[in-house]
Amino acid sequence: MLDSTEGYVTADGRQIGGVVMELKNITLRFGGVEAIKNISFDIRKGEIRAIIGPNGAGKSSMLNVISGFYNPQEGDVIYKGYKRPRMRPYQVARMGIARTFQNIALFEGMSVLDNIMTGRMNLMKSGFFSQAMWWGSAAREEAEHREKVEKVIDFLEIQPIRKTPVSRLPYGLKKRVELARALAAEPQILLLDEPMAGMNVEEKEDMSRFVLDVNDEFGTTIVLIEHDMGVVMDLSDRVVVMDYGKKIGDGTPDEVRNNQAVIDAYLGVAHE
Amino acid sequence: MSDTVLYALEAALNGLTVGIMYSLVALGFVLIFKASGIFNFAQGVMALFAALTLVGFQTGQVPFSHLINAAFGTSIHDFGWTMPTLLAIPATIAVMVGFAWLVERIVLKHLVNQAPIILFMATIGLAYFLEGLGDIMWGAEVKPLNVGLPQGMSRWVDETTFNLFGYGFFVDVLSLWALAIAAVLVTALVIFSQYTKQGRALRAVADDHQAALSVGISLRFIWVLTWSIAGLVALVAGIMWGSKSGVQFSLSLIALKALPVLILGGFTSIPGAIVGGLMIGVGEKLFDFFMQPIIGGATENWFAYMLALAFLLFRPQGLFGEKIIERV
Repeated sequence: MLDSTEGYVTADGRQIGGVVMELKNITLRFGGVEAIKNISFDIRKGEIRAIIGPNGAGKSSMLNVISGFYNPQEGDVIYKGYKRPRMRPYQVARMGIARTFQNIALFEGMSVLDNIMTGRMNLMKSGFFSQAMWWGSAAREEAEHREKVEKVIDFLEIQPIRKTPVSRLPYGLKKRVELARALAAEPQILLLDEPMAGMNVEEKEDMSRFVLDVNDEFGTTIVLIEHDMGVVMDLSDRVVVMDYGKKIGDGTPDEVRNNQAVIDAYLGVAHE
Repeated sequence: MSDTVLYALEAALNGLTVGIMYSLVALGFVLIFKASGIFNFAQGVMALFAALTLVGFQTGQVPFSHLINAAFGTSIHDFGWTMPTLLAIPATIAVMVGFAWLVERIVLKHLVNQAPIILFMATIGLAYFLEGLGDIMWGAEVKPLNVGLPQGMSRWVDETTFNLFGYGFFVDVLSLWALAIAAVLVTALVIFSQYTKQGRALRAVADDHQAALSVGISLRFIWVLTWSIAGLVALVAGIMWGSKSGVQFSLSLIALKALPVLILGGFTSIPGAIVGGLMIGVGEKLFDFFMQPIIGGATENWFAYMLALAFLLFRPQGLFGEKIIERV
């Protein structure tokens, strides 16, 4: 077991820091159904942490707990050393946790640029009245944010579609715009809910590259859920495996791959 | 030009004023509908309440005076001072913002994720509550409202048209002011929604609640903001209507004409609300002008609804609304 303050070095030689977020004995119920049963794990600074598991294992629920869309009945979320009280999703977002959604939640009526600009909402200082009254400073701030957004756009190679309304984009590009919006918030933790779901091989490769590049370039801590085992094993530094709401494995991709419980969950157990 | 055309033109011009009122009420509907999917039946009553409050502040009326007098046997009606319009308008805006906040606190907060019909019923309740509150607070009698907008025949229009056509149009100056004020208001709203942080947040919430939450937008703040803006628009509509024909409770009924306006313009389109309102305002005056000799008067009462019916049959999404295409 690692100490919470000390980091580790990954297989490819990246230095990972101490714990940013710790989930302690999380239990989440919907009526009588336990979606998450007493799960604990931690997320360290700069790592790519994957949550995997078969369908209905509770992966998305877990991500929704982290992003505040669900509040667990039991257990604590410890963020940067402090226990997080019950929060609403927008409050969690303001603490530097950005996310994407499995079914893409973009502002369809807005342009790509406007969508990504909303990502910087939390970082804008000008308040309601200063924006209405003090045109100059608000305009200057807008320009500064715009510059940052253009960097994200360059980084994710979506310059040609900057002004396009999102509703006109194909699925793969929508996914990329959603990533761009989350990235524009300069998050402490970036949550990706099945970033490659429904993509073809080429799009998956692109997306994998972007996830790695984001982590490499900005040192962003990334938590992702993914079905494609190949992708997960290539991308992530550590993996949590869930099945029926329980944690059945936690470790590096190699450790997890050789874990008997994980193999059973994925391939089924032979009955004698 | 023949006389009939000139008279019709004059009628149409006067229809613009009424149309602007319809537009402003419809605008309030659209703002709330876009941001929260709620069909706010109370928008017209909000205009009435705002106008009542403004008059109350201006004349220094004691709120709930009838109630107080009945309960304590006193006889108070006025504070004995009057408030200048420049002070009374911000005070009324403050009341409308307070109202927006209370609506969010007491009504909307508890009805999150409910079916649209339930929210609609809630706003019907709100409409009756607000109408009653206006009555108890300020009294039911018709009150003149004067915010210093000029009134009477516009000499300029009269002279210009006389020089052009040899017949001077009668147009109320107030109508011209109403047009100008509405134009300023709509421009301000567009600038706000396109170029400010809160405006962007507003559009974001209108588009996708979940995505808005994930970028850190508080839905509740946005709802208070939208209802406040709707309150402000209601105040402007109330001021215009009140200046024209006095603040009276029939205003909330006239405001129902905003419904056909919405069907014409589309429920989610701000330009649609404006154009739809003007079309109905002008349309009913023209229809009345041409049809009165044939089918008699009072067509203004039903013309708008008939037009809306025609639209529902042939273009249900309205002029500016998005066409709903079912994918199968």
